[in-house]
Amino acid sequence: MILNASGCLDALTAPDVARELDAFVTKTVTPLPRDGNEPVRIAETEVGMLNSIGLANPGIDRFLEAVLPALLELGVPIWVSVGGFCAEDYAEVCARLEDAPVEVVELNVSCPNVAAPDEGAHEIVAAARAQSAKPLYAKLSPASPDIAATAAAAAEAGADGLSLVNTLRALALDSRTLRPRLGPGAGGLSGPALRPVALAAVYACYRAVDLPIVGMGGVETGRQALELIAAGASSVALGTVLFSDPGAPARVRAELAREAAQSGFQSGIEARGSAHRPMSGTPSDAVVIMENETWRRRGALT
Amino acid sequence: MSPALLEALAVEWVGPYGLLRLERGPLEPGTPGQFFMLRPRGLLLPRPMSLCLAPPGELAFLVDPVGPGTRALLEVERGEAVSVLGPLGNGFRLDVSRPLLVGGGIGIAPFPYLSRALGRPPAVLGFRSWRHAEAAALVPNAEVVVEPELVTDALRAGHDVLACGPEAMLRAVAGLASGAQLAWEAPMACGYGACYGCAVEIEGRLARLCVEGPVLTGRGRCLAPVTSERAVA
Repeated sequence: MILNASGCLDALTAPDVARELDAFVTKTVTPLPRDGNEPVRIAETEVGMLNSIGLANPGIDRFLEAVLPALLELGVPIWVSVGGFCAEDYAEVCARLEDAPVEVVELNVSCPNVAAPDEGAHEIVAAARAQSAKPLYAKLSPASPDIAATAAAAAEAGADGLSLVNTLRALALDSRTLRPRLGPGAGGLSGPALRPVALAAVYACYRAVDLPIVGMGGVETGRQALELIAAGASSVALGTVLFSDPGAPARVRAELAREAAQSGFQSGIEARGSAHRPMSGTPSDAVVIMENETWRRRGALT
Repeated sequence: MSPALLEALAVEWVGPYGLLRLERGPLEPGTPGQFFMLRPRGLLLPRPMSLCLAPPGELAFLVDPVGPGTRALLEVERGEAVSVLGPLGNGFRLDVSRPLLVGGGIGIAPFPYLSRALGRPPAVLGFRSWRHAEAAALVPNAEVVVEPELVTDALRAGHDVLACGPEAMLRAVAGLASGAQLAWEAPMACGYGACYGCAVEIEGRLARLCVEGPVLTGRGRCLAPVTSERAVA
């Protein structure tokens, strides 16, 4: 499955892009409306992009009244990202979504741009679980010292899946003034720099828990999506790449099918977890075996 | 909705600015004041640029090389493909009876195309130096002022003002010419409403400039969307 990362697409201003996804993930919804953080909100660095949007959203009332009905008209399954400033906020929004036709609730317990709730992932997932029978995905921060332990705690509290990873807190200074380039100071780092970080998080959590994982972090190509799946992701979400290429969902999907076939898999998902499977011999032996297989399939080797 | 790859035809220098000429490909030029996202080679994010000129078969953008992205855009080789998405956002409302274009610096970028659409109305253009003022040659019927003189010194009453320039200039123009149309600017990652990066205070709340603007109307000290036909790529 190919999704968007929460906060990286507005399906109502770009319906054609959203229709290319297997599910659309909303921007995070909080109990009350939020204007978001003061500008400047984005900056490009040599290795990725910083943002500090600050959970701008219409609040759950207006979301249910005006936004969700319009989203449902797209005919794409809707995942709602839920946020807050304490476990009770998450529980409240989950309770309001309980009767709404949304497929999955993603609990954003890891926004780097607003004050973090006092409670940890376990308490927040447990509070949401008490109000919701819908599939709950916990979106975790890669800044956690032991993300596999956080994933296990979320699973223990009743999470049905994981979204890995959110952005990483980072800072960029203006080269002339030596002051922060973003209005709020620091922001969340996304894009290429996040790719190996996400890969490590997915790899660690796949070993720790038996849950579906939406992998995300700097994916621009089908080959990079395949690597996340090999590390343990069952779906892949696109974020920063959507800003420069709104055609990325269809492109990455086609590339993923091609790359999976090239690596000897029937489909992308068949590669899930392959990074964890032991190989006989050295890595270079494995490459020889794969190359032999390719030639054999073409009938050039018997 | 995918960006088009347009072939670079030339970069022509106009004072310190570069006019990047691209083949038009499948893209429409849109309304004056609308913008396109141009992705510089080797960089992560595209840059928003309003259309400067639309000669047959071409789209041309006036670029001020102030940072890595704008410099890279002006370093393209002839024949190189440039990723371009657009036209995006809401352009200038053209149903005005006595138009006056008011521009500052690189803010004159949308005026050559706008001036043609409005039948070559008068323009007042301000620059920081006479070298920068060479770009005024792109705009018909332009009166040029150079610092320390400001465009607001040369502003005439009784016109429908259409302005583009630095934020301080736009706020000053809005204070003098009620109802002026102001082509605003903000850092933007996507240009089509996805990133929420280009927030500007519009009608008292932070809103996305790429969706509500980039052309806004000054109402006292407040900014509001222009009620023009919305065009989306």
